[in-house]
Amino acid sequence: MTDSKYFTTTKKGEIFELKAELNSDKKEKKKEAVKKVIASMTVGKDVSALFPDVVNCMQTDNLELKKLVYLYLMNYAKSQPDMAIMAVNTFVKDCEDPNPLIRALAVRTMGCIRVDKITEYLCEPLRKCLKDEDPYVRKTAAVCVAKLHDINAQLVEDQGFLDTLKDLISDSNPMVVANAVAALSEIAESHPNSNLLDLNPQTINKLLTALNECTEWGQIFILDCLANYTPRDDRESQSICERVTPRLSHANSAVVLSAVKVLMKFMEMLPKDLDYYGTLLKKLAPPLVTLLSAEPELQYVALRNINLIVQKRPEILKHEMKVFFVKYNDPIYVKLEKLDIMIRLASQANIAQVLAELKEYATEVDVDFVRKAVRAIGRCAIKVEQSAERCVSTLLDLIQTKVNYVVQEAIVVIKDIFRKYPNKYESVIATLCENLDSLDEPEARAAMIWIVGEYAERIDNADELLESFLEGFHDESTQVQLQLLTAIVKLFLKKPTETQELVQQVLSLATQDSDNPDLRDRGYIYWRLLSTDPVAAKEVVLAEKPLISEETDLIEPTLLDELICHIGTLASVYHKPPSAFVEGSRGVQHKRLPARAGSGESAESPEVGQSGTSEAPPAVIPSQGDLLGDLLNLDLAPATTTVPSVQPSMQMGAMDLLGGGLDSLMGDESDTLGGDIGGSPSMGAALGAPAAMPAALSNAPAVGGGLGDLFDLGGGVGMPTGFYVAPKTLFLPAMKAKGLEISGTFARRGGIIQMDLSLTNKAMSVMTDFAIQFNRNSFGLAPAGPLQVLTPLTPNQTIDVSLPLGTTGPVMKMEPLNNLQVAVKNNIDVFYFSCQYPLSLLFVEDGKMERQVFLATWKDIPNDNEAQFQIKDVHLNSDAASNKLQGSNIFTIAKRTVDAQDMLYQSIKLTNGIWVLAEMRVQTGNPNYTLSIKCRAPEVSQFVYQCYELVLKN
Amino acid sequence: MIGGLFIYNHKGEVLISRVYRDDIGRNAVDAFRVNVIHARQQVRSPVTNIARTSFFHVKRSNIWLAAVTKQNVNAAMVFEFLYKMCDVMTAYFGKISEENIKNNFVLIYELLDEILDFGYPQNSETGALKTFITQQGIKGQTKEEQSQITSQVTGQIGWRREGIKYRRNELFLDVLESVNLLMSPQGQVLSAHVSGRVVMKSYLSGMPECKFGMNDKIVIDKQGKGGTTDDAGKSGKQSIAIDDCTFHQCVRLSKFDSERSISFIPPDGEYELMRYRTTKDIILPFRVIPLVREVGRTKLEVKVVIKSNFKPSLLAQKIEVRIPTPLNTSGVQVICMKGKAKYKASENAIVWKIKRMAGMKESQISAEIELLPTNDKKKWARPPISMNFEVPFAPSGLKVRYLKVFESKLNYSDHDVIKWVRYIGRSGIYETRC
Repeated sequence: MTDSKYFTTTKKGEIFELKAELNSDKKEKKKEAVKKVIASMTVGKDVSALFPDVVNCMQTDNLELKKLVYLYLMNYAKSQPDMAIMAVNTFVKDCEDPNPLIRALAVRTMGCIRVDKITEYLCEPLRKCLKDEDPYVRKTAAVCVAKLHDINAQLVEDQGFLDTLKDLISDSNPMVVANAVAALSEIAESHPNSNLLDLNPQTINKLLTALNECTEWGQIFILDCLANYTPRDDRESQSICERVTPRLSHANSAVVLSAVKVLMKFMEMLPKDLDYYGTLLKKLAPPLVTLLSAEPELQYVALRNINLIVQKRPEILKHEMKVFFVKYNDPIYVKLEKLDIMIRLASQANIAQVLAELKEYATEVDVDFVRKAVRAIGRCAIKVEQSAERCVSTLLDLIQTKVNYVVQEAIVVIKDIFRKYPNKYESVIATLCENLDSLDEPEARAAMIWIVGEYAERIDNADELLESFLEGFHDESTQVQLQLLTAIVKLFLKKPTETQELVQQVLSLATQDSDNPDLRDRGYIYWRLLSTDPVAAKEVVLAEKPLISEETDLIEPTLLDELICHIGTLASVYHKPPSAFVEGSRGVQHKRLPARAGSGESAESPEVGQSGTSEAPPAVIPSQGDLLGDLLNLDLAPATTTVPSVQPSMQMGAMDLLGGGLDSLMGDESDTLGGDIGGSPSMGAALGAPAAMPAALSNAPAVGGGLGDLFDLGGGVGMPTGFYVAPKTLFLPAMKAKGLEISGTFARRGGIIQMDLSLTNKAMSVMTDFAIQFNRNSFGLAPAGPLQVLTPLTPNQTIDVSLPLGTTGPVMKMEPLNNLQVAVKNNIDVFYFSCQYPLSLLFVEDGKMERQVFLATWKDIPNDNEAQFQIKDVHLNSDAASNKLQGSNIFTIAKRTVDAQDMLYQSIKLTNGIWVLAEMRVQTGNPNYTLSIKCRAPEVSQFVYQCYELVLKN
Repeated sequence: MIGGLFIYNHKGEVLISRVYRDDIGRNAVDAFRVNVIHARQQVRSPVTNIARTSFFHVKRSNIWLAAVTKQNVNAAMVFEFLYKMCDVMTAYFGKISEENIKNNFVLIYELLDEILDFGYPQNSETGALKTFITQQGIKGQTKEEQSQITSQVTGQIGWRREGIKYRRNELFLDVLESVNLLMSPQGQVLSAHVSGRVVMKSYLSGMPECKFGMNDKIVIDKQGKGGTTDDAGKSGKQSIAIDDCTFHQCVRLSKFDSERSISFIPPDGEYELMRYRTTKDIILPFRVIPLVREVGRTKLEVKVVIKSNFKPSLLAQKIEVRIPTPLNTSGVQVICMKGKAKYKASENAIVWKIKRMAGMKESQISAEIELLPTNDKKKWARPPISMNFEVPFAPSGLKVRYLKVFESKLNYSDHDVIKWVRYIGRSGIYETRC
């Protein structure tokens, strides 16, 4: 009975003995031997040498022995592919066995034999099993398709197994449906663009029906699959939600979490004023709380998810603070997560309770937990203004305990409180100073030094305190050194008479004796500032600091939305997108929440959430080699565009440093404005946009608008309208560029080509140091000036810039011709995208050809080069059309009228000197124009035609 | 999905290793041993990522169970599966220990082959599994038996087989509650909740349809609307507000959602019908009143009073009060009015035990704790005083109103079924800060 004896045989010559036993005539002995082999395999011994002997035992009617042999086979078949073929016959035979358990066993096992030569033999048995009369065999076969697909995807497709699998979604047995869904979901994941899991209302209905009947695991597969579906409208969304909500009462936490995922996602589509929306919100809270009474490991998974849910929809759990109170016996990982959620839920209503709890936690044993609790008190102070006073006094109490790490943590958070509420709690500085000696962590030392420097005028012995730090300057960490340098400079500016010596000392320590470039640079800047203009130095160093924001560790919105789509999974536990920890193609596609019904963006978003069909993002530039070289030049771009990133306390000051540069920049900007005569209404709008422009420019939009109006009038009386500017399109989604979103368009204004860009910061941190570079392209487009982003781009801010372009850059033919590959750099990284510009950008103003020359050229260009196009649905007469076209530098040279048909002869000249000739036939009453284009470089015809379309239809 | 499953003993030796996916190699077995089992520090998370491979683990006594994957799996599902696997193994061979695992390794492999296919959990109800995974093999089955097995394993009622017969139809219903409390030293309730379970042992013939009713406020209020106001007032007092509940998979959830009625076909034998949680109007069976006084730096005086707060006719049992003592305790003198109290140096606590105590009584203990002088600046954290007990009622106030059994095909009716109901309230985490 006791099988443990198999684990103990470790003597030499074992393999030989086993071999003899395996070939024994006695069944019992054989079985014993196989068990020994499996035991050896488990502990990691190599028993592959016994392969033929074990496989010989396969043909048996003893099911237990068969299962053991199969287990061996799964492990070693890959290392002995030739031998593995011996097993094929048995599999084929077993798949015909009258006992469904044996048929299923065979189909289950053969999918695990990862040998290419064998897989082909397995297709026939698998096909039979997929249509087996017994559901147990079918559900096993469904999973086998996924196994086979993992070995040889092509084979599965060729054999048509995918279609059979799709049919199984309509199977009468719920478990078969569940396994088919699981298999299809997995296969679909490795084919992001296949429409494999073709989710439509009919299949969704089938899945929802199966949901009520299948096992707990099957429910999870189905719910996870449902979460990939995007309902057509809010009504469908609501009806699915209604059928999913009962799952919230399931005993299995995974079923509950997967249901929560579906609801959280589909809720996005429901209008907020709907009654049902409120009902749903209320229904979500109890099951989430119940998850916290599960086993600790599941609590941990639940808490990580609740952390996301609370950030996305704080209203769900706002009244449930108490359940997140830490219990003395909770495992540490549960405690830390609960603490995080407590801070997120803290509000004026519950702050008293929360603080009492946090104070309690700060006396616990686990160092990490205590630190986090202290930090949490500080965060409460910053989040809930009314509680700040109480928080500060709690922190002071904690400092009195003299527990080293508690004191240090408290000082770090008090610094933040000072930054949030200046001139309010400085009375506590004295208490802080008493603890100077016990600080041994860089962060706490730096915080303390910052406090001393910032409030130097109120601390009598500030110079002594700072001097004491200066003694071991070179042993300090960089963080402390930088802070000390700034603090002493601040002190000097406040009390110049007594501290001259001190400041000299620190400047020389920082610049001459240090080899840290940051420190040296900052030291030199201060030195020069102090020596040239002390007043300016004061303005820079003692500048007003911006208040710090409430919540610092929120997950950035785009990532949060993605993680909400992954509730219950590992991604939600790690708080990272799957691509960060999954290798290969699986999980790389980003999931997104559906757009709310009726919102403006719904036009493009609804299908995005679907498993495969996200809209095609701009192609990433393939030849990075060239570009990298080009990008190196970026550093040489004029310094005025970049704001050096410095320590937080310095940021404002550093920006002021650039004040001088700013004026000249504004000058440039107004020049550009001046050059914009000939603009159009849309141009006025484009100018109106830059909200982030310096105040001096604020009158500019009005001017632009006025000009536009004038020309609008003119347009009515036959003057050419301006260049058509397409609305901005998304060039670079935030997802691909660490939170930087770029959209833009192109315009030609008064002979100058411009690229209008909107940069939006969707990340959580400030972006600076913008620069732009183009890859070589067909017409030599290149930036004619630097990308002028004057101020750092703060989170959620959008800035509009116009980049003048020249056409003298390096030329390389692109595919398509008007493709432009762009690299944008900021302080975070370099990002690449590609976009397409209208060719009309390159139509020059002197493109009007002499009539005679036109005739001659037309004849001269071979007829092969002529291309014909249809422009449909244009409701303009020939004059209006020709006016419109002229706005884009397409010039009408002559007009002929034959049989109520106007023939317009037109010429265009490109920036690189290529002439394009066109004949446009306009028939009165017929909205369709015929366009013939002749050009010596016929590849441009297609793009010229596109410009016609664009101009005439807008 | 799950790529592999390993079971280790406390030393980190592999007892069971089953790999389901090609992306998991043998080195994963070692990675977990080195990074988690043999890790120097205490484990800080039940999920560990080592070189892009994620490990989920749970521990049962000194056995480690680890599930491994390289994909973005459903984490909640993996843990639910690991727990389920523990349940299945326990149902087959009792306690999960190294000895038992080694003795049953062939069985475990057989089970793992059945309940996890390519990393996807399959039917794992022990009732169903035991019909065809036995340690004797399944040679002697007729064709009917085989198809009955497969239809049960894949069927809608995967938890019960057809053709069960009992001479005496009987069922036992246990309402098991654990009452949790966190109280401030001043006697303010910081948090209190009851987490309850309804556990059922059913010995019923055929495929009985059951309906379970309790004094759920929502149901009572609904019925009260139709009845007289007098009725509603009366029952209103006795009904309880359930914050949330979850059910065994046999319960028809959509029916509960729409009508709030609990109907099901029960598994045979023992299982957990439902779990619930309440936070309102909880009867706290005991009140603990602590008084700690620090007399100088080397002495502590502790006095703790407990009061029982339920009907005098009822008896609480297995009462235990645990009063933590500082690490530098050198000696303790205790005096208690009732029961026995002892200082346990190894547990840093005074443990006071009382066998029985009737309702509406009170008792007290006082202790003098001598401390060794230390130069440790850190103050003693004063862990809360915790309490254990068992009472013969449900602290939430839950009452079973009915459990009706219908079996239309067999000739027994609801009245023929012998039903037993029992209420047990136990302490969960029942703590008072001092």
